[in-house]
Amino acid sequence: MTLLDKLGQLVVAIVVFAAIIGLVLFVADRARGRRAELWQSILFLAPSALLLIVGLIWPALRTIYQSFFDRTSTNFTGVSNYLTIFTQPELLLVLRNTALWVVITPILATAIGLVYAVLVDRTRFESFAKALIFLPMAISFVGASIIWKFVYEYRPNQGNIQQIGLINQFLVWIGLEPVNLLLQQPWNNLLLIMVMIWIQAGFAMTILSAAIKAIPDDITEAARLDGCGNVRMFFSITLPSIRPALVVVLTTISIGVLKVFDIVRTMTGGQFNTSVIANEFYSQSFRINDYGIGAALAVLLFVLVVPIVVYNIRQMRKVNAR
Amino acid sequence: MSGLTLRRPSRTTTLMAAAIGTSLVLAGCGGSGGGGGTAPSAQGPECAAFTQYGDLNGKTITVYTSIVTPEDQPHIDSYKTFESCTGATVKYEGSKEFEAQLPVKVAAGTPPDIAYIPQPGLLASLVRDNKAIKPAPAAVSANVDKYYPETFKSAGSVDGTLYAAPLGANVKSFVWYSPTKFKEKGYAVPKTWDEMITLSKTISAAGEKPWCAGIGSGDATGWPLTDWLEDTMLRENGPEVYDQWVKHEIPFNDPKVAAALDRVGGILKDPAFVNGGLGDVSSIATTTFQDGGLPILEGTCYMHRQANFYAANFPEGTDISENGAIYAFELPPVDASKPTPILVGGEFVAAFTDRPEVQAFQAFLSSPEWSNAKAKAGSDIGQSGWLSANTGMDAANLSNPIDKLSVQVLQDSNNTFRFDGSDLMPKAIGSAAEWKGMTDWITGKSTADTLTFIEQAWPKS
Amino acid sequence: MTVIEDVAGAKPDLAAAATSPSAAAKNQLSSRWASAAALVIAVLWTIPTFGLFLSSFRPERAVKTTGWWTFFGDWSVTFSNYTAVLFRGGQPLINYFVNSILITLPAVVIPIVLASVAAYAFAWMKFPFKDTLFVAVFALQIVPLQVALIPLLQIYETTGLGGTFWTVWISHSIFALPLAIFLLHNSMHEIPAELIEAARVDGAGHVRIFLQVMLPLMKPAIAAFAVFQFLWVWNDLLVALVFAGGTADVAPLTVRIAELSGTRGTDWHLLSAGAFVSIIIPLVVFLSLQRFFVRGLLAGSVKG
Repeated sequence: MTLLDKLGQLVVAIVVFAAIIGLVLFVADRARGRRAELWQSILFLAPSALLLIVGLIWPALRTIYQSFFDRTSTNFTGVSNYLTIFTQPELLLVLRNTALWVVITPILATAIGLVYAVLVDRTRFESFAKALIFLPMAISFVGASIIWKFVYEYRPNQGNIQQIGLINQFLVWIGLEPVNLLLQQPWNNLLLIMVMIWIQAGFAMTILSAAIKAIPDDITEAARLDGCGNVRMFFSITLPSIRPALVVVLTTISIGVLKVFDIVRTMTGGQFNTSVIANEFYSQSFRINDYGIGAALAVLLFVLVVPIVVYNIRQMRKVNAR
Repeated sequence: MSGLTLRRPSRTTTLMAAAIGTSLVLAGCGGSGGGGGTAPSAQGPECAAFTQYGDLNGKTITVYTSIVTPEDQPHIDSYKTFESCTGATVKYEGSKEFEAQLPVKVAAGTPPDIAYIPQPGLLASLVRDNKAIKPAPAAVSANVDKYYPETFKSAGSVDGTLYAAPLGANVKSFVWYSPTKFKEKGYAVPKTWDEMITLSKTISAAGEKPWCAGIGSGDATGWPLTDWLEDTMLRENGPEVYDQWVKHEIPFNDPKVAAALDRVGGILKDPAFVNGGLGDVSSIATTTFQDGGLPILEGTCYMHRQANFYAANFPEGTDISENGAIYAFELPPVDASKPTPILVGGEFVAAFTDRPEVQAFQAFLSSPEWSNAKAKAGSDIGQSGWLSANTGMDAANLSNPIDKLSVQVLQDSNNTFRFDGSDLMPKAIGSAAEWKGMTDWITGKSTADTLTFIEQAWPKS
Repeated sequence: MTVIEDVAGAKPDLAAAATSPSAAAKNQLSSRWASAAALVIAVLWTIPTFGLFLSSFRPERAVKTTGWWTFFGDWSVTFSNYTAVLFRGGQPLINYFVNSILITLPAVVIPIVLASVAAYAFAWMKFPFKDTLFVAVFALQIVPLQVALIPLLQIYETTGLGGTFWTVWISHSIFALPLAIFLLHNSMHEIPAELIEAARVDGAGHVRIFLQVMLPLMKPAIAAFAVFQFLWVWNDLLVALVFAGGTADVAPLTVRIAELSGTRGTDWHLLSAGAFVSIIIPLVVFLSLQRFFVRGLLAGSVKG
């Protein structure tokens, strides 16, 4: 395709889309009579509803259905795909890795974000300091993976070959042998998780910082007058006050982590026992062409997300109610 | 695995019009075209060979492949004479996600007319599971019988019926080395496996690493080791056992397979032998296959086993020739007295419809004219690494000495061949468990555990 | 999700809050250790990016054989990595860069327009099952997009859209809709009812109210979502890989760079430059639209 063809597609898309929306608004504006509002609301909702039903609801139902069929979706096999996921050692490892991600990432990212938010709160460099931590959020997972792969890069200790990865250079500087880091099982999972923490800490920091600032001044003032030290202040005033925000941050990161795919794919391709559910879904569906297992993994992801989201929503209700 | 294009990196693309010089007239190929031979208007002498396909004016044939930019250009160019002489239009679509997307297209009921299938295993599953592929028409069968070695024919057949004619081919059993470096050090190209090990020891004793390798390939990491294993299976156990292994008549963890894998380990798992310029044994797993042989140029490594298409990975301008900076020798046999089959791979032309114009195009693709046109189109724009097993192919149309050598190997009637086993096995093995198993193996898992792991992954049904 | 906005309070801005007298007192109490700890985290968070950034300007040989920290002993700088990765070779990155832009623009605009119309209906119109439908839309946010990929792919194939930009545009729009409707509805709902009533009394219909009253008021909310959606689409790999990954005609930067990392793993001069080519636009957006950016993130982090 030439650039002109591509721009052509873009123009066609804009025209088609503008025409649809224009038509919807034009017809809606024409609606008269007692039932006008009903017709208008139907028109307003129709484009979105159509897309959601065809593009999300139907496919989701179809995937759930497919998860009970074999690899080519021809024979009904009951729950055997799910049994495979929970019995095959390789897939169990995928579940273990996913668990590692879901437990470690939110906790560390939140802890670092929180500590940092408290440390730089109301200092002179606050804006700049926050921007530094926050910057990784603008970087794609793929870009971030390459940045960190470079940090982990390994060169053999051979002749006068020098290290080009920072961590291995440190090892060499302190007199140790360089290590092919991404191969060290199961620690390599932590190296991948670090990338996610690096990205998510900024998110945690931003929200928690806002929450800290929302603590009324008179409360901190009173505590201060009572002779509260910095550390006690943090544990007895700050932490309880921002608890709801904390829960939201933790759950939000957990949900994001469950679906992490880009980092694993870019850094190891799921090799060296680093695969997670979202990555395994991709390779089962699109590499091995086992739609049954692929669908079951997607459904599993769905099932795992639901309780976290429900908890998240309930927590948010509480926050709203206050 | 054999997503050829995944393996071969790119060269610059320049546009050219394919000029087809050869005008072999096909004997024994009944005109499969529906037009009954009325020749279309724009006619020249070069169209003589195309009258058999009939008048296909206004007909369109869609081709879906895994071959993408820049390697798609010589393919597209090679259809030009067919298009201008028959009046048909060939719509070429290449996709890196071919293997993921083709089953989707088939399931959605919108398959292409023709797909170039890189793995016979995928072909077999499309034939058996989806019943989507049409058997090859008579003209194609005739061409394949006439021009292709039996190994390629059977790889394109399922349950005894020919479905897909071979398209491109590659020769896998090559060891890359530097003739100039060998000469400088006084090393000779080994003739047997033992000689090769002795040479390795000599190099190692001189304080250098003889071998280098890399198996990294994104989510296909591990595939170069499957080729290693296939090569040693052929050398250790011979073609009969190899066939049993591929068909799963002996288990994947049979002692014979273990012996073959240990033979690979004798080189790749020996810290004294690898990984020249790249690290220790484990660095094989983290080095991409494209980078795996480059240390030969640097002089930090002496040998690298990889197929003919690896030529494209050396920097442009590298002197690849018999006495140059880079060349390749055939991976030597264990027992020189017994003929050892050559390991080959390739892709196949499967049709999802039996419309006359599609069958005509299939016949064209299986003819020597096409192979030569394709080779020439590639050479004209400076691309190498492509060849076909068609015995009617003229090696003079190829530019790269390794490609020429490969064609000689393929056309040598004394040679027997075996097709890449991992491409013949079910996808769950050949494109998944075996890659993973081999990657684990090179990073420390034992031979027995590795083979048992792969055996257990073999699909039950 | 929106509620985070409430949690975050009125100032989701990165800018520091005004320093109150009490804070000044607190400030003096914060020890030197705290500053040191903050500094350590800040450095740890910045060094990886800095190292790769520096490498992208070093000559190929230097990048491959020495660490970037040796740069300070050998100040050679080159742009050739960028020209090489952007313009040279069989698959120059510039094409993918163009694709990324072409993918992103409609994938941001379409869901915003569709969602604002739908959100208006949910906020200011009366129709049966309104609450049920709204809860349903809300619930759709949690559907992981993995669940929809394969059937969606089949739909595209049957409709003949496969391999075009349309698949990516439509997919991103679909996956963005639930969140967009939800967020925009919440913002619209906060508009005082008197405003709408006044317009009605003036004889304006829903369409006019939507266009002339609501949209101007929605600018900040729309901008917030737009920035968030922009980042999501630009940085996405999964959707792009599944729907556009196959052909260089349509594939965006992320797909190509992930591929480079898998096939050219040791070509750090190309990888580093390539990574920064992909980072630059979101970074510019980040720096110039920080306020909206943060608001968007606060609002939209639960996206599926």
